[in-house]
Amino acid sequence: MELFTPDFGLVFWMFVAVAVLLVVLYKWGWPAILKSIDSRADLIDKGVEYAQNAKEQLDNARVESEKYLAQARAQQAEMLREADRMKTQIIDEARSAAQVEAQKVMDAAKLSIQQERKEAELQFRNEVSSFALDIASKVVRGQLADEKAQSKLVNTLLDEMEKQN
Amino acid sequence: MALILSVLAAPMNAFASDSSGEGENKVNPKEIIFEHLGDAYGWEVPFNHHKRIPLPIILIGKDGVHCFMSSRVEHDQEYRDGDAVFKIAGEDSKYKGKVVQIMPDGSEYRPWDISITKNVCALFITVALLLWSVYAVARWHRLNGHKAPRRIVGALEALIEFIYKGVIRPTLGDRSMKFAPYLLTVFFLILYFNLLGLIVIFPGGANLTGNIAVTMVLAIFTFLATNLFGTKHYWKDIFWPDVPLWLKFPLPIMPLIELFGIFTKPAALTVRLFANMLGGHMIVIVLTLLIFIFAVMGPAVAGATTVVSMLFSIFMLLIDVLVSFIQAYVFTMLSTLFISFGQEHGHEKHEEKNESHVADAAVAQTK
Repeated sequence: MELFTPDFGLVFWMFVAVAVLLVVLYKWGWPAILKSIDSRADLIDKGVEYAQNAKEQLDNARVESEKYLAQARAQQAEMLREADRMKTQIIDEARSAAQVEAQKVMDAAKLSIQQERKEAELQFRNEVSSFALDIASKVVRGQLADEKAQSKLVNTLLDEMEKQN
Repeated sequence: MALILSVLAAPMNAFASDSSGEGENKVNPKEIIFEHLGDAYGWEVPFNHHKRIPLPIILIGKDGVHCFMSSRVEHDQEYRDGDAVFKIAGEDSKYKGKVVQIMPDGSEYRPWDISITKNVCALFITVALLLWSVYAVARWHRLNGHKAPRRIVGALEALIEFIYKGVIRPTLGDRSMKFAPYLLTVFFLILYFNLLGLIVIFPGGANLTGNIAVTMVLAIFTFLATNLFGTKHYWKDIFWPDVPLWLKFPLPIMPLIELFGIFTKPAALTVRLFANMLGGHMIVIVLTLLIFIFAVMGPAVAGATTVVSMLFSIFMLLIDVLVSFIQAYVFTMLSTLFISFGQEHGHEKHEEKNESHVADAAVAQTK
């Protein structure tokens, strides 16, 4: 049973081969590979950590930006409302100012109309009185021959006129 | 192993038996099995049962070194090198199948034989393959730095990481750098031996891990790694273990058991790997041989047996692929464990180490 009794030649070569293999691989093989694998694992770990941090920061930034955006929007709405308010205020003010002005103009116009009417009335009366005087003088001149009667009539007429006024 | 060969070889015997009569060339399962599991001076080639790839025979005899090719002593030829005459010992000799020197008085003398036999040649091929594999991975790391490798280098690296991070580091902790090269070498060596053993034609087909010489040498290396680098605490545990005094003082019972244990561990390593691989190969060959054993019962039985045993042996071969990996893994794991026994540093430190392992495991999980 050669299978159960180790053969010298095979044992010898196996020793030689494994010894050579171990020397070569200890020197140039495994340590370099294992170190490289370890350092790559470290690198990957660091990369993952970095990516996580970056993602966190990005999320934070997004929240921040949304906050700013909301703030800006609120500000904008506030400003629009303010502008609206100011607009109505200005319009109101303008309207009231205009009303006041118009009132003033109207008042002035009324006043001048009244004055003119008064003047016109006065003129009219003067004219009427002069017409009346003319007519009266013509009539009176015709009817009254004497001076007495004439001046009496004139005086009575003048008295009447004064009373009327 | 050697599945196709046995398939090819046996029908030749069967045809031969048809022409030259029954009996003489009958299928001899035992012989075929051990021929394929054992070593040989030449390497079989497919489709031809008589020609072999010649390999060098190296002998150190009483009168110096003799080198010649195995083809010189094939088919019972005698080879004469100077005064010395060599031949392969016949059936009745106690050196059956080995090269012996025929002394002038007709007796057989077996010189020191360090021939490059089939197994040794397969060993060299495997070593070359392993050197190339490690070189390929190392070169990738040197040239490409931190990029992830693809294809075969990626597969090799996945295996390296599997063993290094799954077995070596959790067991050996901060000492893993010292022993990892040895353990990884052993793992890949056994894995390649096993897988090449499953390939039937030339570069494979040698039953190396099913040979006790190979597994014994590997176990001896683990034995040396355990004991040469053993700590003071390890030796104290062997010669003065923490047991009641009467177990170790007048009669050193425990120390004897512990001392015995040093040698049983590598012995167990040797036998487990050897027996597992031998068994796997043997089952495949036996299943194949069933065809020729049943062939004498007529064509119907032979046909049915062919189908069934082919299916079974394919199934067994697939399982053997799995077993190849598992056995390499188990050998590495046990070696790591034995080496770690030799690296213990007393209890306080040991607990610390355990804690660091727990921490390591936690870190690994979070990753």
